[in-house]
Amino acid sequence: MRELSVDKITEAVRDMCIEANHELADDMKKAFSLGKEKEESPLGKQIFEQLEENLKIAHEDMIPICQDTGMAVVFVNIGQDVHLTGGSLTDAINEGVRRGYVEGYLRKSVVSDPIERINTKDNTPAIIHTEIVEGDKVEITVAPKGFGSENMSRVFMLKPADGIEGVRNAILTAVKDAGPNACPPMVIGVGIGGTFEKCALMAKKALTRDAGSHSEIEWVRKLEEEILEDINKSGIGPGGLGGTVTALAVNVLTYPTHIAGLPVGINICCHVNRHAHREL
Amino acid sequence: MKTLHITLPLTEENTKELKAGDYVYLTGTIYTARDAAHKRMDEALSKGENLPINMKDNTIYYMGPSPAREGRPIGSAGPTTASRMDKYAPKLLDLGLRGMIGKGRRSEAVLDAIVRNKAVYLAAVGGAGALLSKAIEKTEVVAYDDLGTEAIRKLEVKDFPVIVVVDNEGNNLYDIALKDYARI
Repeated sequence: MRELSVDKITEAVRDMCIEANHELADDMKKAFSLGKEKEESPLGKQIFEQLEENLKIAHEDMIPICQDTGMAVVFVNIGQDVHLTGGSLTDAINEGVRRGYVEGYLRKSVVSDPIERINTKDNTPAIIHTEIVEGDKVEITVAPKGFGSENMSRVFMLKPADGIEGVRNAILTAVKDAGPNACPPMVIGVGIGGTFEKCALMAKKALTRDAGSHSEIEWVRKLEEEILEDINKSGIGPGGLGGTVTALAVNVLTYPTHIAGLPVGINICCHVNRHAHREL
Repeated sequence: MKTLHITLPLTEENTKELKAGDYVYLTGTIYTARDAAHKRMDEALSKGENLPINMKDNTIYYMGPSPAREGRPIGSAGPTTASRMDKYAPKLLDLGLRGMIGKGRRSEAVLDAIVRNKAVYLAAVGGAGALLSKAIEKTEVVAYDDLGTEAIRKLEVKDFPVIVVVDNEGNNLYDIALKDYARI
């Protein structure tokens, strides 16, 4: 069995928090330039140019892309042939988040209690999703999530009879309600099936899939393409100031569900769709 | 849509020129306040206490910055969603607040208060915090320091870019623009 010290995980999480907040992955940069080409509104095009300029400044001057440097969402796939040593995995991840946010000049946006609301001053705790997988590697994705768009996310418990039309309506409703609040052009993560919590988690995970990639399931791929077109007919546009590019991508994940249900989770993300990835 | 350069403060006079859809560069003093600072100001008003900043002809930027690196005035500094301040904004507008900078839709109560007080709601581009930070030259925490990023800060801005979303006649760019480009 392969041994891996949790210190390595702390270090990787620290670096990924800083990296994700200063540089978008290549898929998002490509989505920006495609979006700018497709945008018909002059003001919309101008906003795309500002967003590209913003990315350049963020990278060159080490200023976070967005002041909302997010709550750190961390996906960890742990190979079942790995033995983690040197302490608890949860503590190691939170230590990485603490160091990343303190040493990286990132904003501390986490409060210790949803009602009493005292800032924890180091952006911990993270939201951690672990999965045990085959192999002897540990795969980590850090996806800092801003709340302007998180607040506009939804779960719909549809009926089986609502079918694919019901799913489309749910996605369009969520996007239209989000409008200018969610910092369009958006990326939409969708989870269809499973249970109440499973669809929401799939929606979150879908956001970490490359923008521009598609599902291998035929009807899902078709849904991703068609709903993106429909969203872009809504008129919301970049910054919500009108235009033909309201979303850059729709990523859908699916899972088996119950005979009585059709859960749909819609996780809305702004154009700062951050995800850094490492394999240890 | 026209482009204007405005020297702050905003007044009844100079906000008259601003129409929904105009692109405006602001130069002068603005103040930051977001959720926690608004809650505290509201509590102060309920107790009959004075506010830490004067509202008359003032402009509030709904923003909580990331920390500044050494030698810089501020970190990333883009707008937060304005609707979370809707509960408190009408009261501040009635006290003379002239301008609000944020992003996203406002409530009917805020829209009414904008028209009633001849104020204006401006949007900065959400998620462009690095770019916007370049238009901020000086910052100083003036109240509620314990709130960290949510403290009230005085900002000196130069050619800070905003777009007029709601003008003092109540025209709303979000509604107008949506109709212009909606195809379903």
